[in-house]
Amino acid sequence: MEPRIGVFVCHCGINIASTVDVKRVVEAIKGYPGVVHAEDYVYMCSDPGQELIRSRIKEKKLNGVVVAACSPTLHEATFRNTVSQVGLNPYRCEIANIREHCSWIHTDRDKATEKAIKIVKSIVEKVKLNDELLPISIPITKRALVIGGGIAGIQAALDIANAGYEVILVEKNPSIGGHMAQLSETFPTLDCAQCILTPKMVEVGQHPNIKLYNYAEVEDLSGYVGNFKVKIRLKASYVDWSKCVGCGVCMEKCPTKVPSEFEMGLTTRKAIYVPFPQAVPNKPVIDRENCLYFKTGKCRICEKVCTFGAIKFDEQDEFVEEEVGAIIVATGYELYPIEKIGEYGGGKYKDVINGLQFERLLSASGPTGGGVQRPSDRKVPKRVAFVSCVGSRDPELHKPYCSKVCCMYLTKHAMLYKHRVPDGEPIVFYIDIRSDGKGYEEFVQRAQEEEHVTYIRGKVSKIYEDNGELVLLAVDTLTGEPLEVRVDMVVLGMAIVPSPAVYELAKKLKIQIDANGFLTEAHPKLRPVETLTPGIFLAGCAHAPKDIPDTVAQASAAASKVLEMFSQKELQHDPMVATVDEDRCSGCGVCVTLCPYGAREIEVKDGKRVAKVNEAKCEGCGSCIAGCPAGACQQRNLKDEQLVNMVKAVLE
Amino acid sequence: MKIFYYPGCTLKTQARNFECSAMEVMKLLGYELVELNRWNCCGTVYSLASDDLIHKVAPIRNLVRVKEQGGDKVVTLCAMCYNTLKQANVFFNSDQEARDKINSFMDTEIDYEGDVEVLHLLTVLRDEVGFDNISKKVVRKLNHIKVAPYYGCLLLRPSTVAIDDAENPSIMEELLHALGVETIDFPYRNECCGTYNTVSAVDLVIDRTYRIVGLARNLGADVIVTSCPLCQFNLEVRQKDVKERFPEFEQLPVIYFTQLMGVALGVPTERLGFELNHIKPKVLMEL
Repeated sequence: MEPRIGVFVCHCGINIASTVDVKRVVEAIKGYPGVVHAEDYVYMCSDPGQELIRSRIKEKKLNGVVVAACSPTLHEATFRNTVSQVGLNPYRCEIANIREHCSWIHTDRDKATEKAIKIVKSIVEKVKLNDELLPISIPITKRALVIGGGIAGIQAALDIANAGYEVILVEKNPSIGGHMAQLSETFPTLDCAQCILTPKMVEVGQHPNIKLYNYAEVEDLSGYVGNFKVKIRLKASYVDWSKCVGCGVCMEKCPTKVPSEFEMGLTTRKAIYVPFPQAVPNKPVIDRENCLYFKTGKCRICEKVCTFGAIKFDEQDEFVEEEVGAIIVATGYELYPIEKIGEYGGGKYKDVINGLQFERLLSASGPTGGGVQRPSDRKVPKRVAFVSCVGSRDPELHKPYCSKVCCMYLTKHAMLYKHRVPDGEPIVFYIDIRSDGKGYEEFVQRAQEEEHVTYIRGKVSKIYEDNGELVLLAVDTLTGEPLEVRVDMVVLGMAIVPSPAVYELAKKLKIQIDANGFLTEAHPKLRPVETLTPGIFLAGCAHAPKDIPDTVAQASAAASKVLEMFSQKELQHDPMVATVDEDRCSGCGVCVTLCPYGAREIEVKDGKRVAKVNEAKCEGCGSCIAGCPAGACQQRNLKDEQLVNMVKAVLE
Repeated sequence: MKIFYYPGCTLKTQARNFECSAMEVMKLLGYELVELNRWNCCGTVYSLASDDLIHKVAPIRNLVRVKEQGGDKVVTLCAMCYNTLKQANVFFNSDQEARDKINSFMDTEIDYEGDVEVLHLLTVLRDEVGFDNISKKVVRKLNHIKVAPYYGCLLLRPSTVAIDDAENPSIMEELLHALGVETIDFPYRNECCGTYNTVSAVDLVIDRTYRIVGLARNLGADVIVTSCPLCQFNLEVRQKDVKERFPEFEQLPVIYFTQLMGVALGVPTERLGFELNHIKPKVLMEL
């Protein structure tokens, strides 16, 4: 095929044009072998820009297109779609990245322009030898896996289930509900968290399309988008939930008390327990670590008192396998440990607590029935300090990022404290107040002006105990005065960190995590709920600190991405995958070990070992191609011959 | 075993009690502190000025002396000397251009390679001698007193030279516990003593001393233990001025950790230099 290539150079407003002389690029490429047309436009991705490409293909009878613009991760799909609308095979269209690879990283206009020309030439060489390809079709299992049963997982599971598809929901704890179930009231409306969450938990528990595996963890994942196989570990609960009626006698009689995780250690639970009364499912588990029988071989009181014979001390962990087409990861957050903050006592002082502990003290279902009492002596604290940015925004020692919700929940805490203890004196220490949600700024102003909460702009440098009181050394940065403030209790707005198990999970799922341990989205602006692994989506604080409205919105967005997938008959996979020249292949198997996607295997064909490619799994990374000692592996549209021509065009 | 020892100016004057007690204690533990020949000023605060290379020459020259005398590490007692020598060393190793300039400036000395290890006696006691071994040598029970450990700033900041966690240090507590001494949980142990403001802004230092010593006493301490001659001066000598301003103020002895070690390890009290302490630690001297 005689190449008739059109080159379309984008200004990207001034993003490219300010550093690269686009007119010069057009002139330079006009006479290049194989190029029959070249022109520039200010926004090539806009509707007029795309129309321009379509009309030139028709007018000039182009059989290849190069768009010199931004990164292909952004608009390759856009332009391939554009050219296919006028009958050109989409894989005869390529992007020359002259923004991220050129204009954004250089300042010298002359040199940047030279480089842009070279990039365009090399992509022209690539297009010349591009084959016309068809996407690979893959069947979809229309069932979703949601990992994590907090508000993000609950919302995502309900959205998918309500659309008529099956959902497997895996929760590591005995109950779903996550951290939201621990909250007292929510900002800025002060709705009771339980009242808005527990109905959703019940809905999950009863939904015909949701299969809930609580007290379970994802053990292993194989397969690929549309066709995942997930192995789930069902942790031994030592209670036969099919026989248990949830009467609670076992918990009453159990002699072993341990600090309650749900109550943040402010009170105890038994070794056989339901985390909280509104738990879903409302069935107990035995905590093997602390159970007297497991520790000493004696006790079995729960077994004796259970009239339904539901206690099973010999139960083992079990495994189930499920097939799913899409996965949503919603593993949530933890609070950064107080122990890491040496200047605030590092966990030494009982009355220096974190935000979730204070939520339990405010909660009507909490250990104090919602009356604010300090942990050390149960006295009602008359002065309480609320300290924001503890561990957050501290790149030197702790976490560099803003934890997003602390300004708001500490404001809420101060306000609720004032409601419970009208003569109490709440003091909030802040760096600056971030109240950027709907109704948030008004909420903070209400706290300051109507609820008489004192706000001091400044960081607390030290907290120590003296004579039953806590002393805060701080500075008021508005007056420049150093302060010494004595209070009865301190609530720390600790940094939000990802749930620690997410690291192992991310490895199993082969998804990326960022420097702070949060899951990485495919694109920070345009693909915020997708991971770079097709078919795996994310929602909630596993991705970044966020509040309930944002979490719910993101969970619904992730669910809608899953539903978009499920609305198709089958999935289309990029055809730029590895191929094998079976005559050259010696069956050595190097490709099998190199492939990170498990897409390569050895097959015996007519008595000869040859390597195969599972096209649905192959992501076209090229590892096997670089590793093949016989040169038997080639990548479609990135063949050796193309690569050599591209390199020559650059070095010319 | 011999270790090169850099004294610094104060150890030969105001803080002779720090030096003599350290010598006694180390001898008991089987170590000899060998004073460096031809040592000069550590550079004090001048060497901490980041923009002035010439002031780095003083601390670096001391490290050259260590090399000249065949050593590869040097121990200090004074927290300030430790800090300046170590910071100069860190700086020297991080800036090739400055390193060349300093070396070419010191034309009569051998070229320095940045390879002398600067140690503080506390870390030597922990890492080389071992707190367990010290514990075994304790002969006097000191379970009748409570001690407030005071670190000040120079052992803990900046992080490039810190011997412990700046916000939650524990090395001095660990040593004191090894000696069988009870410590108080002292939140002001890493607060600033006021440093050189003692020359030009005495009121500020009086205020610091009042707060720091006052809290130690409130929390039940019988004695404050430190490792910095400047902290020792501010916290102890300035108590006289505190008393003038706040008549109800009760004085508290402030001694070096080596003096307390000496008592616990059985060094005769008269060899521990208590005559230089303005407020006598009677609880330790009348055993």
